[in-house]
Amino acid sequence: MSKALYVARSPRIAARKLGEEMLVMSAQGSTLFTLNPTATILWQAADGATPLDEIVERRICSAFDVKREDALRDAEALAGDLAKHGILLLSEEPIGSSSPVKEQPQP
Amino acid sequence: MSVLMQEMGNRALRLGVPLAVQLDLTYRCNEQCVHCYLDHHDHGEMTTVEIKHLLKEMAEAGVFILTLSGGEIFMRKDFFEILECARELTFCIKLKTNAVLIREAQAERLRDLGVESIQVSIYSDRPEVHDAITKVPGSLRRSLSAIRFLKSLGLKVVIANVLMTENMHDHHGVRALAEELGAHYTLDPTVTPMMDGDRSVLGLKAGVSDLHTLFRDESYVGDAEEFCALPPTPTEDSMDSLPCSAGHTAAYVSPYGEFYPCVQFPLSCGNVRQQPFIDIWRDSPQLKEVRSIRLRDLSSCSQCSHGATCTRCPGLAFLEGNMRGPSTADCEKSFARTGIPSKNLLAKKETPSLPRLVQIQLVPAITGSRLSTLDRAATAVSA
Repeated sequence: MSKALYVARSPRIAARKLGEEMLVMSAQGSTLFTLNPTATILWQAADGATPLDEIVERRICSAFDVKREDALRDAEALAGDLAKHGILLLSEEPIGSSSPVKEQPQP
Repeated sequence: MSVLMQEMGNRALRLGVPLAVQLDLTYRCNEQCVHCYLDHHDHGEMTTVEIKHLLKEMAEAGVFILTLSGGEIFMRKDFFEILECARELTFCIKLKTNAVLIREAQAERLRDLGVESIQVSIYSDRPEVHDAITKVPGSLRRSLSAIRFLKSLGLKVVIANVLMTENMHDHHGVRALAEELGAHYTLDPTVTPMMDGDRSVLGLKAGVSDLHTLFRDESYVGDAEEFCALPPTPTEDSMDSLPCSAGHTAAYVSPYGEFYPCVQFPLSCGNVRQQPFIDIWRDSPQLKEVRSIRLRDLSSCSQCSHGATCTRCPGLAFLEGNMRGPSTADCEKSFARTGIPSKNLLAKKETPSLPRLVQIQLVPAITGSRLSTLDRAATAVSA
């Protein structure tokens, strides 16, 4: 069984919901992103304490007609992508002030 | 502006969201710039509690880009407390400062708080010119030291170079300085009347002849022939176009809570000390009036050959006495670009003289969108 993956919003980004999408700007590089509704759900639920598979089950599978395995695979890919841009933090342990966080290479 | 940011602006306009707000935290300043439009006395600034409350209201209203400016923002002892609160509310923060009070410790805190950019006013690469404008000896040296701290920490710094008679010939030097420091550079040849309507500072503004030379400098404007092309005939679409984002997706709040469409447009629409931010944004009769104005409603500008491409600022027009009237400063810019006097200048019989050696060449018509992009550069040229 694979280890749980925890996701947290980076404290170094700016974000605001505009209509159905989330505007996100990373301070580093002043790069602007927009998150679609699914990514927005993931972003909003990324509190550092809830494992990704639980977020998928509670927030995504309940809102969309999608198989859990498919949704989890997509969510892991999305989280990895957002982490590469410094938007999300990933860790195999709950993310608090002292927990180790996987540093993601900047694109 | 990136395509994505433009798209966000269009979406915010459709949704009626105030995407960007400038909040001046104080009008007090440690510099006394000769061209400044503010009264630097404190007439009752919002308290820390009031500002934090306002920040929450603005976040709920959908404000994303928050510019904190002044006066000098570091004159407020609670500046970092306000900034921390703003970052907790996930605003994208831009700061405007003279940076004189920024040392390593302040620079580190700005980095740790994830500020998007810090704009620093630099008037000249020559201390005797910069310091004469700020009236503070040593201010250039201190501002540049701060920029070095900020850059060494990886922060984005924008050097803003307001151009006026005192420093008209120093912009290449400031630009070279910006390159050396790894900072972005913005040039703005606009001097704004005092907020109380006093227009005496306009004596410092760059003359048409200087603007004429500037607008033909291809290191700023790209293809000068395109930039200075004759204006195309206004179309029906351009007659329905919006003048700018002021009051549409952008707003301004003064240190006293006054709500204006823009810092350069001091039309009072309400006060956030008396009404929630969102109520003013949605219901202010003044804002509704500003939003209703289209080019076709402007008695003089709708008949002017520059109508479709002019950078007319409704705030400067308001400061001239009529928000539906022309902005003479922008008429002069259009004239400096094209050599064609605006209807307003002709009516005033104030057509300024241009150097006789310059020839305005006829060029093929170019599209409104291209021109509008270039025209914006006439107000704030970025390199």
